Amino acid sequence: MRIGSPKETYIADEALFRTRTQWMWFGILLAMLAIYPFVANMYWIFLLCLISINIISTTGLNILTGYTGQVSLGQAAFMGVGAYTVAWLDNNTGSPFFINLLAGAGMATAIGLIAGLPSLRVKGLYLAIATIGASFILQFIFINWESVTRGTRGINIDPPRVLGTELDNPDTFYWLVVPIMVVMVILAANLFRTRIGRAFIAIRDRDISASVLGINLPFYKLMSFGIASFYAGMAGGLYAYFFGAINPESFPLLMSIFFLAAIIVGGMGTILGSILGAIFMTLTPEVLRYGVDFASPFIDNPSQILSPLRTAVFGAVIVGFLLFEPHGLAEIWRRIRRFFHLWPFRT
Amino acid sequence: MSILNVEGVSLSFGGVKALRDVSMQVEKGSITAVIGPNGAGKTSLFNSISGFYKPQEGRVLFEGEDITRLPPPRRAALGLGRTFQNIALFRGMTVLDNVKLGAHVRMRTGLLSAFWYLGKARREEAEIREQIEREVFDFLEIDHIRRHPVANLPYGLQKRVELARALAMRPKILMLDEPVAGMNREEKEDMARFILDVKEHWGMTVLMVEHDMGMVMDISDQVYVLNFGQLIASGKPAEVQANPEVIQAYLGSGDVSTLREKLGARKRVA
Repeated sequence: MRIGSPKETYIADEALFRTRTQWMWFGILLAMLAIYPFVANMYWIFLLCLISINIISTTGLNILTGYTGQVSLGQAAFMGVGAYTVAWLDNNTGSPFFINLLAGAGMATAIGLIAGLPSLRVKGLYLAIATIGASFILQFIFINWESVTRGTRGINIDPPRVLGTELDNPDTFYWLVVPIMVVMVILAANLFRTRIGRAFIAIRDRDISASVLGINLPFYKLMSFGIASFYAGMAGGLYAYFFGAINPESFPLLMSIFFLAAIIVGGMGTILGSILGAIFMTLTPEVLRYGVDFASPFIDNPSQILSPLRTAVFGAVIVGFLLFEPHGLAEIWRRIRRFFHLWPFRT
Repeated sequence: MSILNVEGVSLSFGGVKALRDVSMQVEKGSITAVIGPNGAGKTSLFNSISGFYKPQEGRVLFEGEDITRLPPPRRAALGLGRTFQNIALFRGMTVLDNVKLGAHVRMRTGLLSAFWYLGKARREEAEIREQIEREVFDFLEIDHIRRHPVANLPYGLQKRVELARALAMRPKILMLDEPVAGMNREEKEDMARFILDVKEHWGMTVLMVEHDMGMVMDISDQVYVLNFGQLIASGKPAEVQANPEVIQAYLGSGDVSTLREKLGARKRVA
């Protein structure tokens, strides 16, 4: 039980982690991430790499939709922009991977800023439809701009090289993707300790009074779109390197909905929500697959019955979250924390 | 010296004339009140000044500069702070963040420094925090709730947080839209004291819309009375109180012929 956390300076009181306990848990988390690849098998390392990519993209979408209130269904398409930029650079210039990743994220930002222009006039459902439009256009470009994207055949990408080592397996790639994920999540958390993050939340909560208080709505809305697409582009670039091949089918509209579901399940407008949501959405199908494997011996013809059932259960879980835990996993986490805060005196 | 001049402002929504040729001056360092019956156009006047509505005719001058066509954020940057009639706090943020947001126009942190929380971001956040604690939280006595989400606060405190947010901007003129509406007597007295302190200790100019006559007459230096979008009287509180037209606007007149005359006059104007 913690009674208080007295501070002597305002800087200390404004810190990201305000108590020693929080620092300790953060250190434990980092340490666990560091030993994870040595204890987990290849399959689980693969999963954590995939989760990291999804966390980056989900965090980006949460900044845009959860914090700024601009519903977007274009996140997967922006990932595609980042992935294709990385793939093209990798095949045509041979520039180092970190330059390619930054260029991919930069290109996605530029496209995202253009795709965000409708947000200056419309919001809510209308904006969602406008972003669907943008993602259809991008999909069309991925398929038909053959000289760059090689159309439906797709592009192969060589794994990134660091100091002569090829990061061609999940256990090596892990050391690229996880640090990037940790840094990008911390950057996002920092953003909401400053005037820019507050402006985003103000736009979500009451855009008109935000404007009277001196917030330039078009500027900050576009900035939010830019940041979300930057995160998407970075995630897309990592995706391209991770899987080594991309084609237009890699970034369907369904994937954008996946990210939207992730922020809803995780918790809109919380950094923790992006992390938990991405983990949940990536792992649940896997866990359900284990469930299917477990149930298989008891049922005839398991693959035909259980595989569709798995998808249905996944859908039901998401509906369940909307109904019973609308603030998402982050809220459950907060409740648990509050419980232990006063434990064992009042529970 | 007047800090804010409204010159012949007219505003209409379709056929409804919300404001007709309204002119007023707000003296620097004074408390000026705008009163009038429901639907008289007080909030419309406020919204025209803060840039929400664009009047069809007339000008709004702030410190001699024509701001009629400026978008609201630019007016905020010039020093127009305001609160809203129905509380317009950002419900997803804590009290502290709401008040810090009020200081948005005074801060310069860029995106890169915000991401890394180094240099300017770190310095500015600490500075603004210290200022808010010293000037605003201490003054309005809300330091105990700084970490509370605003959504769960009682009404009176929410109103106070809204005032805090406007003060954090350090505006040159503070516009209060019904600062004591819906408050009990004690909360009203607190609020009146805060408004007087804002004027006397900070030297800030206050322009307010208020229904509570007791408070208006007690604390304001200058009163403007609106009725049906028109300015019908202005002056010191005592003068306005004695003005027969004001009394008529508030209490109505039993005399049928004056009512007819008034309706006829309105038809001619329209």
